[in-house]
Amino acid sequence: MAGEVSLNGSMHGTHDHVGGNYLNATKGLKSWLLTLDHKRIGIMYLVSVCIALALGGTFALLLRTKLLHGGYTPEAAAFIGSSKDYNQWMTLHGAVMVFLFMIPAIPAAFGNFVLPMMLGAKDVAFPKLNLFSYYLYFTGTVMFLVVLVMGGLDTGWTMYAPYSIVHSKTAVPYATLAVFILGFSSILTGLNFIATIHKLRPKGMTPFRMPLFLWAIYATSVIQVLATPVIGILTFMLFIEKIMGIGFFNPALGGDPLLFQHLFWFYSHPAVYIMVLPAMGVINEVIPTFSRKPIFGYKMMAFSSLAIAFIGFVVWGHHLFVSGQSPFANVAFSAITLTVAVPSAIKVFNWVSTMYKGDIHFTTPMMYALFFIYLFAIGGLTGIFLTALPGNIHTHDTYFVIAHFHFVMVGAVIFGFLAGLNYWWPKITGKLYNNKAGVLGSVLIFLGFNLTFLPQFVMGLKGMPRRYANYAQEFEIYHQLSTAGAYLLGVGFLTVLLYLLASLAKGKKAPSNPWGAASLDWQSTSPPHMHNFEKTPLMGDPYDYSLVSHDEKTGGYVRKPGEGSSAHH
Amino acid sequence: MSSTATAEPAHAHGHHGHEKNLAHHFDTMEQQFDAGKIGIWLFLATEVLFFGGLFTVYSIYRANHPQLYHIGQYFLTWEMGAINTAVLIFSSLTAAWAVRAAQLNQKKILVSMLVITFLCAATFMVVKYFEYSHKIHEGVLWGQAFNPSDAELNHVIEKIEHKGGDPKAIEFLEAIKERPVAEKKDMVAPLQMFFSIYFFMTGLHGIHVLVGMGLIAWLIVRASKGQFNNRYFAPVDSVALYWHIVDLIWIFLFPLFYLIG
Repeated sequence: MAGEVSLNGSMHGTHDHVGGNYLNATKGLKSWLLTLDHKRIGIMYLVSVCIALALGGTFALLLRTKLLHGGYTPEAAAFIGSSKDYNQWMTLHGAVMVFLFMIPAIPAAFGNFVLPMMLGAKDVAFPKLNLFSYYLYFTGTVMFLVVLVMGGLDTGWTMYAPYSIVHSKTAVPYATLAVFILGFSSILTGLNFIATIHKLRPKGMTPFRMPLFLWAIYATSVIQVLATPVIGILTFMLFIEKIMGIGFFNPALGGDPLLFQHLFWFYSHPAVYIMVLPAMGVINEVIPTFSRKPIFGYKMMAFSSLAIAFIGFVVWGHHLFVSGQSPFANVAFSAITLTVAVPSAIKVFNWVSTMYKGDIHFTTPMMYALFFIYLFAIGGLTGIFLTALPGNIHTHDTYFVIAHFHFVMVGAVIFGFLAGLNYWWPKITGKLYNNKAGVLGSVLIFLGFNLTFLPQFVMGLKGMPRRYANYAQEFEIYHQLSTAGAYLLGVGFLTVLLYLLASLAKGKKAPSNPWGAASLDWQSTSPPHMHNFEKTPLMGDPYDYSLVSHDEKTGGYVRKPGEGSSAHH
Repeated sequence: MSSTATAEPAHAHGHHGHEKNLAHHFDTMEQQFDAGKIGIWLFLATEVLFFGGLFTVYSIYRANHPQLYHIGQYFLTWEMGAINTAVLIFSSLTAAWAVRAAQLNQKKILVSMLVITFLCAATFMVVKYFEYSHKIHEGVLWGQAFNPSDAELNHVIEKIEHKGGDPKAIEFLEAIKERPVAEKKDMVAPLQMFFSIYFFMTGLHGIHVLVGMGLIAWLIVRASKGQFNNRYFAPVDSVALYWHIVDLIWIFLFPLFYLIG
């Protein structure tokens, strides 16, 4: 069994250690840095995106602290930084969170770890390319750190021209190159996953017998491959613009700044779905597992992911409603954007229907999934306010927009990410965490999140503009509530960090399948064997929970033998 | 793989351990080849979108300033562009032939086709070098750097007259001669833009040609060591596909810049 695997294990150079799990099969720093194992690469991404989250979160706390008091005074500036500092924190919070955390978080970390295992495969289609993607991500991240040292960035994460090319004195060229490199990391990851899902599915696993997480990753990968090249070329243009003065977006040289906005949002709107779809994929796994019921409306879930990916490509103009684009374009983009509500609502209804009359277990991942539905519903409904042209013009560039996209996009990624982290943690590390601490952490994060962003809806409607370092006195109470929420959110994240570290140190050994999930990834040991499965896993419906039964001996669940066929490729 | 999997006759395991080019996570050479094929086609899609952003820039400025694309075209030497087009189309043929040779185990033909493809790419870059260096010498450059010499302007005016004349274009070029060019901002801005787009697009395409030359050189080394055969030729196939897209992009660039004014 395991012996045969080693015959072709030459790419890993690890076949001498057959029998160990992927964490202890080989040792030393080099065995990690040069690994071709999708699980180790997944962990490298996981650690990296968590560091990025901490960095982006620190900037958020800095800017929220700055906003504790309205009324700019030199004394206050000496204490908590000037408006210039604020511009930098605001920009770096956005840029770090978007490019370094939200885009790679779920697909690159969990996608890498789980996707081949859900297929019963040994690795992704192109393991070397996978490692290369990671190093592109790593290089882009280091370049962002260089940006911090080289004078920061004050353009907003959107880097709109002509401010970024003519006026900004900060490290715009480094930032554009960083985004360019990060873009290629994202493209290559997407390309790898598409090829893997097409060619490494076991015989008998038809597309509609895949776990829905894979459909979500597939839809995400399509966007990554088709949208990211456009921001790639755009950041390259911006870089060349900055060093050679070609004038594409500089009105003084006959360029058109609006063209920059169109090209920027042609990527950056679909990018929202690069962030949200994988989070939805995680929720698709968590809710049926902890409701002990098959997912409701499987095919609609699969198609709605593709529909969201497709519609996402043709709505970018809704970011430009007040830019002076033609009224016809405004109406068209408004109408098309409204249609996104349909597949999104299908997903929400299906999650709720899955839980209906289910045997619901309030585990930590399930808590995040439940909160996810709430946040996504509020975020989605306020999106309809923003899509309607009159509502948009009233709330354009106010905190209402900030609150909307934090609910719908950031909420989705954070809660989807934490749901996934808590769901797959026993599989990844082989350790169980304290569920009570997990639930406490989820509640703190949920309360902190709402306290941060609900007041922003209100002050946005009252006219508080986004991206301002200073404000009128009437907004102070909302800002203070919001800042208090941000601190609470920070405490919540620390709680998560603490109990997860505690589980690493002295957590109980995790059984193969602690949750009773039915997808193939749970048939490996925890942590998995270096080639994922010691025995070819048994295939079956990924949402048929009658295929597993509780096992008193290990405290987990085991696959009932004799049902379903082996997952041969 | 499990013992049950090995016992199953339908499962193509016969090559395991014998195929030295088969990666451990694939079961058959066919599966590995198909995965690679999907990968390279997706990569070509990203290339199309990558250049798509630039074609958008081209279209927008062309729609806004059609007359200046008309004048800008006279600064380019269409004969050179035409030679390069022919060279690249021919190199696409030899690249495709190389794939066929690999599939048929024809090592000598494979190596010679790859060498011819490489030489075509080099010819393209040499022609490009003459074009670029002439423009740099005469100040026909991008954006702020656009400051054409009188000799070049006279040459272009002559060219237009030779073609039957275009009073408006000639008047415009005569006006540029009164320096400094930078002071005629509104007037020359679109022409500056024309050359920004020209250099950006052809430059990026040139970088792709250089990358292609590197890849073809790598193939030549591997092919002469006899590493490709009818069961393993995916690298030749993939690089050839890449080379075709590089040709295809040029086939769009050539008429858009050199021919349709």
